[in-house]
Amino acid sequence: MGMLKDKDHHIVPYSVYINVWLALLVLTVITVAVSYVDMRHVAVLTAVFIATGKSMLVLLYFMHIRFGKPMYMVMILVVLAAYAVFIGLTFFDYGFRA
Amino acid sequence: MSQVSSAAGGHHEHHDPEANKIGMWLFLFTEVLLFGTLFIAYAVYLNWHRWDFMAGSHELDKLMGATNTVILLTSSLTMALSIGALERGKKALSLIMLSGTLLFSFAFLCVKAVEWTHKYHHGIWPDAEHLGVLPYGQQLFFGLYFTMTGLHAAHVIIGAVVILFAMGLVARGKVHQGRVDFLENTGLYWHLVDLVWIFLFPLFYLIH
Amino acid sequence: MSTAVSAAQAAPTTNYINAKSGVWSWLSTTDHKRIGMLYLYSTLVFFVFAALLAFLFRLELFAPGVQYFGADIYNRLITLHGISMIFLFIIPGIPAVFGNFFLPILIGAEDVSFPRLNLLSWYCFIVGALLALVSVILGGVDTGWTFYVPYSLRTEQNIFVPMLAAFVLGWSSILTGLNFVTTVHRLRDRRMEWFKMPLFIWALYSTGWVQLLATPVIGITLVMVMLEKFVGVAIFDPARGGDPILYEHLFWIYSHPAVYIMILPAMGIVSEIIPTFSRKTIFGYKFIAYSSIAIAAIGSLVWAHHMFTSGMADMARVIFSFLTFFVAIPSAVKVFNWLATMYRGSVKLEPPMVWTLMFIVLFTIGGLTGLYNGMLSIDIHIHDTSFVVAHFHYTMFGGTVVIFYAALLYWWPKMTGRMYNRKLATTLGGTFFIGFNLTYFPLFMAGIAGMPRRYADYLPRYEIYHKLSTIGSWIMIASLLILLLHLFWSAKKGRKAVDNPWGGATLEWTTATPPVTLNFTGEPDLSRWAYEYPEEVEE
Repeated sequence: MGMLKDKDHHIVPYSVYINVWLALLVLTVITVAVSYVDMRHVAVLTAVFIATGKSMLVLLYFMHIRFGKPMYMVMILVVLAAYAVFIGLTFFDYGFRA
Repeated sequence: MSQVSSAAGGHHEHHDPEANKIGMWLFLFTEVLLFGTLFIAYAVYLNWHRWDFMAGSHELDKLMGATNTVILLTSSLTMALSIGALERGKKALSLIMLSGTLLFSFAFLCVKAVEWTHKYHHGIWPDAEHLGVLPYGQQLFFGLYFTMTGLHAAHVIIGAVVILFAMGLVARGKVHQGRVDFLENTGLYWHLVDLVWIFLFPLFYLIH
Repeated sequence: MSTAVSAAQAAPTTNYINAKSGVWSWLSTTDHKRIGMLYLYSTLVFFVFAALLAFLFRLELFAPGVQYFGADIYNRLITLHGISMIFLFIIPGIPAVFGNFFLPILIGAEDVSFPRLNLLSWYCFIVGALLALVSVILGGVDTGWTFYVPYSLRTEQNIFVPMLAAFVLGWSSILTGLNFVTTVHRLRDRRMEWFKMPLFIWALYSTGWVQLLATPVIGITLVMVMLEKFVGVAIFDPARGGDPILYEHLFWIYSHPAVYIMILPAMGIVSEIIPTFSRKTIFGYKFIAYSSIAIAAIGSLVWAHHMFTSGMADMARVIFSFLTFFVAIPSAVKVFNWLATMYRGSVKLEPPMVWTLMFIVLFTIGGLTGLYNGMLSIDIHIHDTSFVVAHFHYTMFGGTVVIFYAALLYWWPKMTGRMYNRKLATTLGGTFFIGFNLTYFPLFMAGIAGMPRRYADYLPRYEIYHKLSTIGSWIMIASLLILLLHLFWSAKKGRKAVDNPWGGATLEWTTATPPVTLNFTGEPDLSRWAYEYPEEVEE
């Protein structure tokens, strides 16, 4: 196991990380700017939407999902699906209370 | 996969970086569900008390929240760079980047401390009398605020300790170019801490 | 491949038990087999403890009126019984004992991926167990094992320690799941593809995911309750605007999948025992493998069927009732496949098989009565009655625990190197079966007639049911205690066991008895699939 690293073998260029970081900063600025617009009910959704975009960047590039085995992506999707189901089913209660 | 077996031990020294990576990801999944549960509570009460939540959000300091977001995002960058450096055999650069990450984590905690002190002086603190007379929705908002940012801060502290430990291993050559997985997995944990904040920030500071 | 003892197997007199001696060698072990045995001793201690609690409160229930304990002590007894059985015996039970011992062997590995984390999980168990004992000394709690708010928030008694115990025990479970999932991915013998794995491994793998994804939910929920109680943050307390039903949602999002953590590994073992004692390939291997995943998945969608009368929206009640019916389907698939396996097989009624057949009867009754509970119109009447108590005892006790014992009887010779008295084990199975049904069947009837659960006293019209139930409990508990005593006696004094007394086809039967520390001497023998049977059986 000496010299061989784990499966995402190719070394990611520093520039990729820096670019992702810049994109994240831009998205943060957008999130803050958008919060000044009165969006009522869409406000939260917009915030979550942008946050999801940011987290995809972190997952894919900082956490190397983009470069590793597909298995990790599958696992993440399964976990997120499970979580979505938990929230979704809970809202069959809270979304319909009198 | 080679296995070095010791005679009567049952304790065998094989290093399996892929297993360590899977193990760390599985642990991260438990963290996702942990914070996720809190977000469920947040979603439920937001749905019930939309205006009160927005009023509560108004009380929080956007600037400090945004600053902390930038701090954490940058700390994620330095963390990723430190791993990249070590993969290239650049031990010194790796340690510098790790120190940067540590510093940023410390800065985050300082900003948090300032924030919470402000809140305390404004009577917004768990179980504070002032809080007890606010509308239910605001009580719940701040209840979740302290719980979630508090738990998150605890994870920042834990992450910082692990990073410090990793720095020791890197400095001593135990973690190096040919055996980098400990640092990679430390990075995964740190990025998770960043991910949680990416959602905490808008949902607490920016909804109004 | 003949099952005759090969030269390599005849040779070692050093096995995992005598490889190192002394208490410290056990307490510091990283050998998955020793850790499995550590879990065996410790979980059985709590099983007996919890069974004795049941003996006590069933005494109270023998006659109407409050004779021995009073309602308050009674409530503490049932709470402690629930906490101990669920968190200290059944949830760790099969995975931590038999999963630990056999998962690596069944996939041809030397150990799990993280042996030290494995030991840590046992220490988490012990710490959690000690905390539970401390809570007893501090007087116990009467909230029921479910700790519902706002009572648990407002009560003066110490709920911190029992909740902390549950929290720490959750970590034990998470670490076990993490270890098993990783091990199945990484340490399978290179010739063992996913669909060559024994079905017990599929079961443990599915269970591992449930442990990982569901346990954190209850962990953080208990922390939230403690934060609210001691720090004063507003989360669940209606006095601060919170919703107690939210607590119930979060509690049951874990606690329902928890019952699948209990039953899935048990079903995996059934899928090993039935083919072995029918000398026939398992019917529908792939279906059973997929059904394990399906049960884990669908079982995570039904939690609110515990909350039909709590005040949820009608939409939620309908949806959860509908989903609850679905989860019966993959379980039924398994039962049919097991029966089909036995059909035209050469069935040998050895003790593991006898107990497994009992499981099929008892678990089917339990599963079917689950459907009654899942039906909204019926549940309105039977929720929180002894009908529910009977239902979950048929499934958890008649299901998981019966297989725990079947597994013990199946693997005892391999784990200890000694055989027990098979006639005795079968006879005790018979007395247990009688005692079990006498204990719990009347509770179905009492429940339909309106007998509430968690009540120390009752109206005279329920007396006959309780009398039968209490007498049944004596027969049942006695059978199990005698069996345990006999097993432990046989570990020292029983006849030495051969390597493969049952003619099993999975890898553990090719190892020495007991196995050597690294499980296999040489390469594991994968010449035969887990469900192909040799002609002769060693006697």
